[in-house]
Amino acid sequence: MIETDVLVIGGGPAGMNAALASAQSGAHVLLVDKFQHLGGQLVKQTHKFFGWAEKGAGTRGFNLAKRLSEDVMNNDNVQILLGYEVVGAYRDGTYLAASWSDHITIKAKKLIVCTGAAERMILFENNDMPGVMGAGAVQTLMNEYGVLPAERFLIVGSGNVGVILAYQLLQAGATVDAIVDVLPKLGGAYWVHAAKVQRLGVPLLLGRTVLGVYGNSRVESAITAKVDEKMQPIPGTEKRHDVDAVALAVGLMPLTDIFQMMGVKTVYVPELGGFVPWHDECGRTTNKDIFVAGDAGGIEEATTASIGGTIAGLAAANDLGYQDNMQAVKDNLEALSIFRTSSLSKKVLEGIERMRGELNA
Amino acid sequence: MLDVDGVPTLEDIGKNMPRRERLEQGFVAVHECFQDIPCNPCVEACPVGAVSMKTLTSTPVIDFDKCTGCGNCVASCPGLAIFLLSLKANHAQITIPYEMPDVPQKGDKVQGLDRYGQFVCDADVIRVVRLPSLDKSSKTTLITLEIPASELMTVRSFRRR
Repeated sequence: MIETDVLVIGGGPAGMNAALASAQSGAHVLLVDKFQHLGGQLVKQTHKFFGWAEKGAGTRGFNLAKRLSEDVMNNDNVQILLGYEVVGAYRDGTYLAASWSDHITIKAKKLIVCTGAAERMILFENNDMPGVMGAGAVQTLMNEYGVLPAERFLIVGSGNVGVILAYQLLQAGATVDAIVDVLPKLGGAYWVHAAKVQRLGVPLLLGRTVLGVYGNSRVESAITAKVDEKMQPIPGTEKRHDVDAVALAVGLMPLTDIFQMMGVKTVYVPELGGFVPWHDECGRTTNKDIFVAGDAGGIEEATTASIGGTIAGLAAANDLGYQDNMQAVKDNLEALSIFRTSSLSKKVLEGIERMRGELNA
Repeated sequence: MLDVDGVPTLEDIGKNMPRRERLEQGFVAVHECFQDIPCNPCVEACPVGAVSMKTLTSTPVIDFDKCTGCGNCVASCPGLAIFLLSLKANHAQITIPYEMPDVPQKGDKVQGLDRYGQFVCDADVIRVVRLPSLDKSSKTTLITLEIPASELMTVRSFRRR
């Protein structure tokens, strides 16, 4: 059994920053990640990150992951458990982490959940055929394992995930036939991300959906069609794409199973990606010992996840009496609110407001 | 159109362009950043203080008279949305940030492409440099093309022939 002050689940940007903030305050932290390395989604990102220059913007995602994970590994207050997934949670603060061959019991005073998100799926004919994959899966195979899973891709979804994937596929030597989106305009990607793939010759086909994929035991082609204002396919507008993979980048939903296991109140907030644990500005849920940070608390992006992780880590250590972190919490909340003055954060802010209002509903 | 596909029109770009005389004096940075992304590495990367921003979420303003055309902002911009432009007597030059593996060499002939990847004109690679991004942890390749003066506003990409 491992006894710790703070248990952090998930070693992405939110989890690593949460672990660091608690550990630097003097708390003992156990950081658990089901993969064999820290970094979460950051390790798959080849582009330079947006944000404050003085806080690492302009650094490529995999380098941010490397730098942060080194900081975590060099901190004596952080114990890291890789290859373990927290599969059991009991309301007295006991947790069970399991690997493929082993399991460990953990006793923790505070829990910070940074489990991130899962990819959404959409319906179309033969969507279970080999060659249909989530954008994140393609990134994992390509950027972590060095395996290009196909040569010619169709990408569904023009949010940042879709257009970044298109760019990374070109970097890896694959071709991208097109990015399609059912919406009549760009589906949420930063304009500059969308512009840089289009000038490399990737067409963005708007108002178009995928009807199906076809092939002999694996994807050999995909058919898309334009949609009308009711999002229904328009007959006669079908287009055939000769691709051997279709990557789905149609949205993310927070991974919140553990909150339900723990009896924490969850709220359905479409602007945040689905069910999210109710939480205050420090990430504290309806259970005062359980915090959330990053996409698990609402789909946003890596910089806000990092700041949110820091805030939760500071607040947890503060609760345990290690040191007065309230000024540092305030500074980080201020940074977060500056970041969110962008019009790009409008939806998230609306979602947070809706979630907060649901406490007594 | 920016709010449809994220690609700026010539009208959008026109609002940010330096005067012709400045373009004729040599390289100057021109950005195609029109969205209030919270981001400011270009400001920090500039060694002469030519790039400014009111707040983190403002779009950058480049002082073309201060700009020396060094390219540090081009290499640091996360959105790859800054280019260097210069206008000579009968041709133009453009420096493009390039992150693809198939890096051309000085002297190569390539095809100049517009903002949608469509062929515009043949282009000569006249310079290839790798500049560190702001945090020095990685570099970005900057490719300079020579193109007809008439295509200064249209060519923003290229492909190998």
